[in-house]
Amino acid sequence: MASSRFSISREDWSLHRQGQMDQERHLEKVREAIKRNLADIIADESIITSDGKRMVKVPIRSMNEYRFRYSWEKQERAGQGNGNSQEGQVIAKDGSAQQKGPGKGPGAGEDAGEDYYEALMSVDELGELLFEDLGLPHLDPKKQPDLTAKKYQWEDVRKTGLQANIDKKRTIMEAMKRNLLHGRAPLEGFSRQDLRYKTWEEKFEPQTSAVVLAMMDTSGSMGEFEKYIARGFFFWMVRFLRTKYDNVIIHFLAHSTEAREVTEEEFFTKGESGGTRCSSVYDLALRIIKEKYPPDLYNLYPFHFSDGDNLSSDNAKSVELVGKLLEACAMFGYGEIDATAGGPAYYRSSTLHALFQREVHHPRFSSCIIKDKSEVFKALRTFFGPDAMAAVQGVS
Amino acid sequence: MQLSPKGHSERQPMSDDEMGLLQEAIDRIVEKAQAFGLDFYEMRYEVCPADIIYTFGAYAMPTRFSHWSFGKSFHQMKTQYDYGMSKIYELVINSDPCYAFLLDSNSLLQNKLIAAHVLAHCDFFKNNYRFRQTNRQMVHAMASFANRVLQYEQDLGRAKVERFLDAVLAIHEHVDPHPGSGGVASEAKAPSRPAFREESPYDDLWSLDSIGKVTAPAPAVEQYAKPAASRDLLLFIMERCPDLQDWQRDILSSLRNEMLYFRPQMETKIMNEGWASIWHARIMRELDLTPDESLEFARMHAGVLAPSRFQLNPYHLGFHMFEDIERRYGREKIFEVREVDSDVSFIRNYLTKELVERLDLFLFAKQGDEWRITATGWEKVRDGIVQQITNCGFPYIYAEDNDYNRRGELYLRHAFEGVELDNIYVKKTLPHVYHLWQRPVHLETVEDNHRVVYNFNGQDVERKMLS
Repeated sequence: MASSRFSISREDWSLHRQGQMDQERHLEKVREAIKRNLADIIADESIITSDGKRMVKVPIRSMNEYRFRYSWEKQERAGQGNGNSQEGQVIAKDGSAQQKGPGKGPGAGEDAGEDYYEALMSVDELGELLFEDLGLPHLDPKKQPDLTAKKYQWEDVRKTGLQANIDKKRTIMEAMKRNLLHGRAPLEGFSRQDLRYKTWEEKFEPQTSAVVLAMMDTSGSMGEFEKYIARGFFFWMVRFLRTKYDNVIIHFLAHSTEAREVTEEEFFTKGESGGTRCSSVYDLALRIIKEKYPPDLYNLYPFHFSDGDNLSSDNAKSVELVGKLLEACAMFGYGEIDATAGGPAYYRSSTLHALFQREVHHPRFSSCIIKDKSEVFKALRTFFGPDAMAAVQGVS
Repeated sequence: MQLSPKGHSERQPMSDDEMGLLQEAIDRIVEKAQAFGLDFYEMRYEVCPADIIYTFGAYAMPTRFSHWSFGKSFHQMKTQYDYGMSKIYELVINSDPCYAFLLDSNSLLQNKLIAAHVLAHCDFFKNNYRFRQTNRQMVHAMASFANRVLQYEQDLGRAKVERFLDAVLAIHEHVDPHPGSGGVASEAKAPSRPAFREESPYDDLWSLDSIGKVTAPAPAVEQYAKPAASRDLLLFIMERCPDLQDWQRDILSSLRNEMLYFRPQMETKIMNEGWASIWHARIMRELDLTPDESLEFARMHAGVLAPSRFQLNPYHLGFHMFEDIERRYGREKIFEVREVDSDVSFIRNYLTKELVERLDLFLFAKQGDEWRITATGWEKVRDGIVQQITNCGFPYIYAEDNDYNRRGELYLRHAFEGVELDNIYVKKTLPHVYHLWQRPVHLETVEDNHRVVYNFNGQDVERKMLS
């Protein structure tokens, strides 16, 4: 009898969760690793130049399972053709061999020397990690409510409505009233006119109002790198504000020697030429504030990014206008992009940053210098990080 | 052992009727297998959902300890399955009784084929000499180790235990089933062959842009290891590291046992899959299949045996080699081979010129940014395959000194046989070894014809030239 030599069964495995639990632990480690490398990751071109909607590949160091292994590229391997393979024949170009391989066996699917693991994430997920402890410093809640968030509330009872929203208690009460009025037992039948429905109202919950003025130098002296950094910063700033605050108002202002308000798309894509007069954009910011946003009703946040190169004849006026902006605003953030890191110091001593350091002394003035891509992260934390939040506490 | 061809369409779990039919079919399959002379343990077939098969696939066992690396491969396998890129049909455990897990979304016919396939795996486990020493109750040993790991995590904190597991897993391939034998197994002495660039007709072209870094023949390695050297790194550390705590020794010793248990399967992959494939084919042909089933069988069999351009398909190679041996020497011979050989001797003894040509096997390597066929001559191909599977594809690393510099430092040496190590991985692995040894560690290897030594002192990895 063969049947004594085997058994077959099917059990309930629904409580067996080991794979899922260890998968969760792995993802936790991935998130930790991403957080450690956030500065490099968020400045990546594929993210900054993306529409922010698609998934991005995030390189993470340290998630590999390291071991002693042969160099993939310095090794001969065996393969199999379909009948007429010749010595010297090219069977794949750069890396495609691994992609097509079934990905099994020692070393398969991994390039030699490739020391990172790639995780697929959406820009939103990345943002969540990045924005975790960021906030708008010095947000005064007493100012006029305008920033609004919708809220739904069950407010009213009506005779018509959605069947799912029927108000049982009131419907029964109506039926009892009608039946008793006609001298019948209280629950002797329902009629259409007894039906009562709950309905909701859209409520606007008042929140503190904030207006951000994003100002960027788009003059000829702003090279590829400088524009890239400024856009990188504003890209994440805009996402951060929209994630954390509903309907925060953002104005985009571009300037060379003249300043003008532009659309968000223009702001992120268009470049100009010509010299630089920073006072022009500060002046425009002040005009917008004066026309639309009285300072006692709004929390105002002007941020300005430039390469620090300003017409020297304009410096005095710029300092003066920054002073005016500071009087009106919750904070003024200035970021300077320094592509000449390590260059002659005398050059840097004449920049706007140096000027502001000398001339502007105000607790709500905040500035930083960005020397490479990974410092976009530093800039975000300088302006919105926990330290910024703590430093301006209590100063009004 | 896993059977995992590409491409599938998702089905409903098997119905109770189908379970009944499968039971009847397995009854006949077992009968046929016995009639063919297969000799296996009592079989316990379990039909389970995809999540479970993929969990067991990722952990290689149903009862293994928890670690994020298993979660990572579970996730990868499951994702590939969900996207229809690949699928595991089954998992079979080397144990007595033998557990075989079938996927409940397989079709009835697929599960019949797999029931036959795993019977032959079980015959192989039971009869191949390399498996003689394996613990047939390993499921229980692993379960109890998994519980101890959990306990350590509760007592000492997860981070600490996980950090130690990470470190052991970084070198856990380096075990020796016969420690104390002086270290060098016979298969380690593969002849050192000149590197491929020497043989390529385009050599002169390639050497132009690689002057100064052309891979030349391996320098003769005078000796593989000093007498005291051990290629069982886990055992060496376990015995000679003075500062280990009991829980750490337990983890080292348990992971070593697990690797010793898995190693025979890694050393007989081609044989084992080839063996299972010839028998599933023969048993299935003995069953009364409907025309539809015959077609489905033919399709599945062809899928499993499909050759791959960039990697040997062990099912395909093993299948054709066993058929060839049987044709030349008769039925009894293949039973003998399945008992006394492992992949290295199997390839060396039975991969013939005729087979290499008929299967169109070749060696390839990266030259510049192209992957190029470097050899089609049968002896070169045969030796290339042997080199690739020697020591399961892992480099030989010897622990040579536990008191290097007279400061209790650990000195490891890579027995260089012509293929360099991945130096980025070396730099990342040494800190793991340091974590175990708790003192500076050194690794000697050969790069660009020079002996070099990497060391890690707890802070940085340094590289020094020796010659």
